[in-house]
Amino acid sequence: MTTTGAIDALTVAKATVPGAGAPKTDARVVRRRLGPGRRIRFAFWVGPILLLAVWAIGSKVGVINPAVLTAPWDVAQAFQDQWVNHDLGGDIAASLERAGLGLAFGVVGGTLLAVTSGLSRIGESLIDGPIQIKRSVPTLALIPLFVAWFGIGQEMKIVTIALISMIPVYVNTHNGLRSIDGKYAELAETIGIGRGEFIRHVVLPGALPGFLLGMRFAVTSALLGLVVVEQYNATSGIGHMMTLAEEYGETDVLVVGLVLYGVFGFLADTAVRLTERRALSWRRTIEG
Amino acid sequence: MATDDRGLIRNTADAPAVRVRNLHRSFSENGGVLDGLDLDIAPGEFVALIGRSGTGKSTLLRALAGLDRDVAGYGQIRVPDAVSVVFQDSRLLPWKRVLDNVVFGLRAGDAAERGGQALAEVGLAGRERAWPDELSGGEQQRASLARSLVREPALLLADEPFGALDALTRIRMHALLRKLCEVHRPSVLLVTHDVDEAIVLADRVILLDAGVVRTDVRVELPHRSQADPGFAELRAFLLDQLGVNDLTAEVTA
Ligand SMILES: Nc1ncnc2c1ncn2[C@@H]1O[C@H](COP(=O)(O)OP(=O)(O)O)[C@@H](O)[C@H]1O
Ligand SMILES: [Mg+2]
Repeated sequence: MTTTGAIDALTVAKATVPGAGAPKTDARVVRRRLGPGRRIRFAFWVGPILLLAVWAIGSKVGVINPAVLTAPWDVAQAFQDQWVNHDLGGDIAASLERAGLGLAFGVVGGTLLAVTSGLSRIGESLIDGPIQIKRSVPTLALIPLFVAWFGIGQEMKIVTIALISMIPVYVNTHNGLRSIDGKYAELAETIGIGRGEFIRHVVLPGALPGFLLGMRFAVTSALLGLVVVEQYNATSGIGHMMTLAEEYGETDVLVVGLVLYGVFGFLADTAVRLTERRALSWRRTIEG
Repeated sequence: MATDDRGLIRNTADAPAVRVRNLHRSFSENGGVLDGLDLDIAPGEFVALIGRSGTGKSTLLRALAGLDRDVAGYGQIRVPDAVSVVFQDSRLLPWKRVLDNVVFGLRAGDAAERGGQALAEVGLAGRERAWPDELSGGEQQRASLARSLVREPALLLADEPFGALDALTRIRMHALLRKLCEVHRPSVLLVTHDVDEAIVLADRVILLDAGVVRTDVRVELPHRSQADPGFAELRAFLLDQLGVNDLTAEVTA
């Protein structure tokens, strides 16, 4: 026993103090990685920037006809013109307010409904059925009805966006909640905590991955809803700007609107993904 | 605290911490898993429960833990108020850091401090802020022991808590559990499929068979190790009771 110990110590000492000038050879055996590998910094931006480059080069070389798609610099010009002469800043603010309010109501509503129907059988029987029915009716098809109920003002727009973003939050949160391992509920029972604490410490964190996935769908849906509701008698907002541009045949302004919608969507999705990475740092997934 | 069969709560010193009378539990019409089981456990006593697979060890433990509300059956159970359960998997919430797992559900103002002490007791000082995923299997199980003990239970229920650990880690965990039980002195009911583990740890070994306690022996070995002359004898006896014949016992020894 003692001799082997001494020998071990000897080899260890030799291994950690390499001779002077000896090359540091590293003889590890490393398996080929099957996951996506280490994270690349600013990787989010690579794709969009590439897309922009293709657009710019295509316009420059003449492959992209300006009548079909305005060149990026002309779009920048139109952007500046709209900003200075037509209160584009105000339009952006109005659109963001609509989308943000609708999204907020939708997310809160979807989460509350998902928790209620996920944790109580009565809640489930009351809530889940109607939501599944609602799912099969496209929200956009309901707009005429909402116009009849709420008029064509801000209210109708916010309700539509809220409804359209509520569904993915509900479905994914509910699914995440129901797939929480039952053994954690059992643990919570033996520890003797109440329902409130159980929801706060077990249910919500356990459902968070599902919720965040729902959020990603929700922000995109909210923007989709925004584009559609802004066609209805808006007096401000990006959609309003685009409606005017359509009337006057200003393709470049139309593209400004499209680019803005795209940028909003991309930024919102990036924000959710960053939140996801921070909030789910306890997970060791292939995502890394 | 539940009442005994006469509806009385007795708190005299010699009253058992756990008292089970005529316990029946069954999962189907044809035949109960527990069939009129009686069991007493004294305060501070360490009882190991062995039995062949499927004899109802977990069923009994879950009944004592109050986790069997969906299981049909009747009988009297009296257990202390403060009961902690250690599961075979550590059951740490993956989204809580180790210390938060240990003090999960504790309302005392000094919870964090006590949790830190409990972690130090199980040899996990300095790992308070680790995620459960970052601990080895043995470390996770030690954290789950800390979570149980920080609640100062009068009864500790453990269902094959070391079953998923390697042999070396298991020996370490035995020593740790013995030490912790000497300090905290809870009554313990430990389910195990390992006869050696039962003899090394327990004051008393009971064997479950056909729904009742068939064998109930006191372990009186001064050193609680294989070096004790009585060890092999007790081991052979229990293996025999389990239905493992002498030949197999020799082969596995
Ligand atoms: N939830 C359940 N539903 C149906 N049968 C069960 C359930 N749990 C246990 N049993 C049955 O009860 C018997 C005892 O199980 P268990 O207490 O887990 O045994 P042990 O822990 O001693 O291996 C087994 O025959 C098992 O199949
Ligand atoms: Mg079992």
